[in-house]
Amino acid sequence: MQRSNSDIWVGLFVLIGGAALLFLALQSANLLSLNFQKTYNVTARFDNIGGLKPQTAVKSAGVVVGRVESISFDDKSFQARVTLALQNRYSFPKDSSLKILTSGLLGEQYIGIEPGAEEKNLQAGDTITATQSAVVLENLISQFLYSKAAEGSSSTPSTPGTANKK
Amino acid sequence: MSWLKPADAGFAVRSKLADLGYGAKLFLRLMVRGAQSLRRFGLVRDQIHFLGNYSLAIIAVSGLFVGFVLGLQMYYALQRYGSSEALGLLVALSLVRELGPVVAALLFTGRAGTSLTAEIGLMKAGEQLSAMEMMAVDPVQRILAPRFWAGVITMPLLAAVFSAVGIMGGYVVGVLMLGVDPGAFWGQMQGGVDVWRDVGNGVIKSIVFGFTVTFIALLQGFVAQPTPEGVSRATTRTVVMASLSVLGLDFLLTAMMFSI
Repeated sequence: MQRSNSDIWVGLFVLIGGAALLFLALQSANLLSLNFQKTYNVTARFDNIGGLKPQTAVKSAGVVVGRVESISFDDKSFQARVTLALQNRYSFPKDSSLKILTSGLLGEQYIGIEPGAEEKNLQAGDTITATQSAVVLENLISQFLYSKAAEGSSSTPSTPGTANKK
Repeated sequence: MSWLKPADAGFAVRSKLADLGYGAKLFLRLMVRGAQSLRRFGLVRDQIHFLGNYSLAIIAVSGLFVGFVLGLQMYYALQRYGSSEALGLLVALSLVRELGPVVAALLFTGRAGTSLTAEIGLMKAGEQLSAMEMMAVDPVQRILAPRFWAGVITMPLLAAVFSAVGIMGGYVVGVLMLGVDPGAFWGQMQGGVDVWRDVGNGVIKSIVFGFTVTFIALLQGFVAQPTPEGVSRATTRTVVMASLSVLGLDFLLTAMMFSI
């Protein structure tokens, strides 16, 4: 194939396009921070996951240590089964507990790991049972309202607040 | 009720169907036999030069100004809620997911699609295509296919340039002029933009638009009436059809990609 003058310009154009893609991937989406490190999977059961989605961050002490791999519903226990992919370089005690937290008042939700005290560490395939569900704002408000109502009419024995208590 | 004759309706449906079938056949020919033209890459290269390099300026300048405007508008909207740090995220997401592919495709239609249609249409009007066939050269393979593949290759690159320049424009307005914290600008962006979900889907979108726009432009040129009038009509139809298909397809693709 013979060379032509447009070679260099086409080459430049393709380079500019590639550079733009690279910029998008590295600078705006921060591809470098996505580590393709090996992970191990741990499952956890939650009563309520709120707005949790796959690929949500799993943080311990504010540091991202893994991602949510998948979320499914278990129709035996009627709980949400969440699979977490934790990075291999971090290990946590077997009795660590999980909390679904929200970053800021209106931020997105993430899972926080509270390390436990046991000697043994979590292995791949383990299940974490000590979990705390997401805070559902509506429930909080209704609990607050019911407890207020209960305070107001504490003389009457059958308050609606008792019905709401777990 | 003289205008409603069953025969007219039948003819309209039949001719539309025939057009559709002709288009599908041409598309298949471009995909199957046109892929061989990638081996003669010199032809494709010249077309990339024509479609890509000459569109770069308009794409980059439009991207810059779209980024400026996004930065300004989003800043004033976010300022009300005291969350102007999310400016980077909003600018990047709206550019990478939607505006980059769509606006770049619309500009590409106007800048490159029309010239493709006019070129092919005039070749047809000048009977150059028929002359090629007389010489046993397949015009689809020799003329249309290099342009088609050049458009398909060029479109994602142009969309990426548009998005990248737009983000820089948002940075200029948001950080340099309005005083958003640069760390928050980039940090929020990097926290919220996903490589595969957002950037990757944007690239897929722009590839689909590349197929659509280039194919419509070539088809319109190829089936144009071989008269000056016919070529001008074909050019108009290219712009209208390609723009509408891009917008419609964008909705469909968004619904498919980001629904879950």
